[in-house]
Amino acid sequence: MTGILRPAATTVVLFTALLGLAAPAALTGLAGAAFPDQAGGSLVSRDGAVIGSSLIGQAFAEPRYFQPRPSAAGDGYDASAGAASQQGPTSAKLVEAVRERVAAAGAQPVPADAVTASGSGLDPHVSPENAARQVARVAAARNLPEARVQALLQEHVEGREFGLLGERRVNVLRLNLALDALR
Amino acid sequence: MTLIGWAQIALVLAAIVAAAIPLGRYVALVAAGRARWLRPVETLFYRAGGIDPDAGQSWRGYAVAMLAVNAAGFLLLYLILRLQGMLPLNPRGLDGIPPYLAFNTAVSFVANTNWQAYSGEVAMSYFSQMAGLAVQNFLSASTGIALALAVSRAFARGGLQSLGNFWADFTRISLYVLLPMAVVLGLVFVALGIPQSFADYVSATTLEGGTQLIPLGPAAFQIAIKHLGTNGGGFFGVNSLHPFEGPSALVTALQTWAQAVIPVALCVTFGRIVGDARQGRALMLVMLGFLVAATLAIYAAEAAGTPVMAALGVDPAQGNMEGKDVRFGLALAALFTATTTGASCGAVNAMLSSFTPLGGMVPLFLIQLGEILPGGVGSGLYGMLVFALLAVFVAGLMVGRTPEYLGKKVQAREIKLAMLAVLVLPATILGFTAVSMVLPAAVASLAHAGPHGLTEMLYAYTSAAGNNGSAFGGLTADTPWLNTTLGIAMLLGRFAYVVPVMAIAGSLAAKVKTPEGSGTLPTHGPLFAGLLAGVILILGGLQFLPSLALGPLAEHFSMLAGKTF
Repeated sequence: MTGILRPAATTVVLFTALLGLAAPAALTGLAGAAFPDQAGGSLVSRDGAVIGSSLIGQAFAEPRYFQPRPSAAGDGYDASAGAASQQGPTSAKLVEAVRERVAAAGAQPVPADAVTASGSGLDPHVSPENAARQVARVAAARNLPEARVQALLQEHVEGREFGLLGERRVNVLRLNLALDALR
Repeated sequence: MTLIGWAQIALVLAAIVAAAIPLGRYVALVAAGRARWLRPVETLFYRAGGIDPDAGQSWRGYAVAMLAVNAAGFLLLYLILRLQGMLPLNPRGLDGIPPYLAFNTAVSFVANTNWQAYSGEVAMSYFSQMAGLAVQNFLSASTGIALALAVSRAFARGGLQSLGNFWADFTRISLYVLLPMAVVLGLVFVALGIPQSFADYVSATTLEGGTQLIPLGPAAFQIAIKHLGTNGGGFFGVNSLHPFEGPSALVTALQTWAQAVIPVALCVTFGRIVGDARQGRALMLVMLGFLVAATLAIYAAEAAGTPVMAALGVDPAQGNMEGKDVRFGLALAALFTATTTGASCGAVNAMLSSFTPLGGMVPLFLIQLGEILPGGVGSGLYGMLVFALLAVFVAGLMVGRTPEYLGKKVQAREIKLAMLAVLVLPATILGFTAVSMVLPAAVASLAHAGPHGLTEMLYAYTSAAGNNGSAFGGLTADTPWLNTTLGIAMLLGRFAYVVPVMAIAGSLAAKVKTPEGSGTLPTHGPLFAGLLAGVILILGGLQFLPSLALGPLAEHFSMLAGKTF
């Protein structure tokens, strides 16, 4: 029996030291030197204060901002508690929630991403169609010509990665930062 | 469904196959002890453990060594989780994990399942993640690959007494295959936005003046092995959907590639070990055929959306978006879902519970087919070989001839053991689901009424016994009943399956190789591939059909009839 216990114990302990401590520590050092921004969470600062991460969506309720997708993370966009609704396609609760969001969203049909909760609860993006429906509201709240806001939105529509992967999308935080920076 | 969506799927699948061929050959070199560039480290492991890497082991010796290293891994991980509060690298000051959850989690990571009844950024310290969970991501993957190598060797020559040395296989796979791949992929992931940091969570003041607590951690390295080792356990609670775990479509494509490349490559390794590349290719084609069909089915179902949403005034153009993030798109969500459940990974980049009923049935069914399409690292190959034996047996019955696979006569003992292994899955899944559906303490965990509720429970035990780890996430899984029984299901699905498989390997290894005759069924051609696919569907799938009819199919027809629950 000891013939098995010794190799089992030493193998697990040595691999924990190598794969669980040395390798991730070395990679952390390397990553911090080569890609400090990404390794630290792609944080965005304004006037010296951290205002979020460019990868993580945040809550916007005021009419002068573009608004993100519905979120089930905490009270909405709680980055330390990412969560989906997990509601199934025949869930009465889901139907009720979507019915309310559609009613609040104006003209139908409504883009699906505007009335459905994202999988992460932290989706930083909306579809360009969803954003376009918000231009008039944002422009009115900011006393800006609609064309100006529309132009800014167009600048922030990101194409598919390498023209192929994923979907066209708009990063809401980046767009709202650009709005605040106008004039 | 769009053309550009199909192009994305085709590109990733092509990248998987293109990389699998050289990788499979390299793994065969490593298995033969011919990779030497980390020789000093390798020798250190052997010397410390008193291991003779050249000593051959019988199937029993090999299996006992495998069980011992897994038991030691379980014990260490359980202790790390329980003692979390006293260990370093715990900037949030998190307490130890309670006993039921620690048992479930430790079993889960040792059994290459990575079912998670916790949320990483809420419950786990950086130390628990990297020195506990991530280590088992490596070691459970090495265990699976080592077992697959041992089973492959049984077919290589006649009259073999040894299947190789477990310690040597295990150490070499960890050092020469998984470690370098995880380091490179981990660095690529950091470059593409996944954090790798020991700093505390960051508190941000949002544009509207609220506060947002942004989690960090040594995530990139762990996420790299999570996919390469088909483990699937997320660093963050929402897995590859979290913007830090799946920041872009490119990352999700790379993760899809990573979670399928080793299982597919091992088919090539098998061909090398048995000295006939065509044999491995036939297995690979069956795996990929199922994978493509499953992707097509999921993509079609999710792109169509649901009539419920359309009736509410939602534009069907984007398809079913509940539980999905915008950046990945439906095509990559469908391909990721098919590979993660076909390959026994269990990571998710879209929430399965919110899939359309048919879109959600496909991943469930892929797991029920035995996690062999292409299956977990190693477990996919040895699971596929069990079905190959059953396929030649069925063919043998039809013509009244003793079946052979690669020259080894397949007889009553092997078939009995193969059926024993194959029956572990339905017995565990259907047994536990049936009991849980009448047990008030278990039913209380369901988030849904109606057929979706049954699917939630069925999916949980399917995922556990299939060592997948994905979930219909509404289920409240952190309860004593579910933590315990899901833990047992994971153990059965991993170890009660593999011990009979090793016994088959031992018995086949000792047999002589019969030369190929005119009556031998060629096991590399389309006839055999078709037969194998049929046996997988009928033997693997049919026993689950009633449960699928009561769950997802019933939900589909309820939905068409406009009924909600």
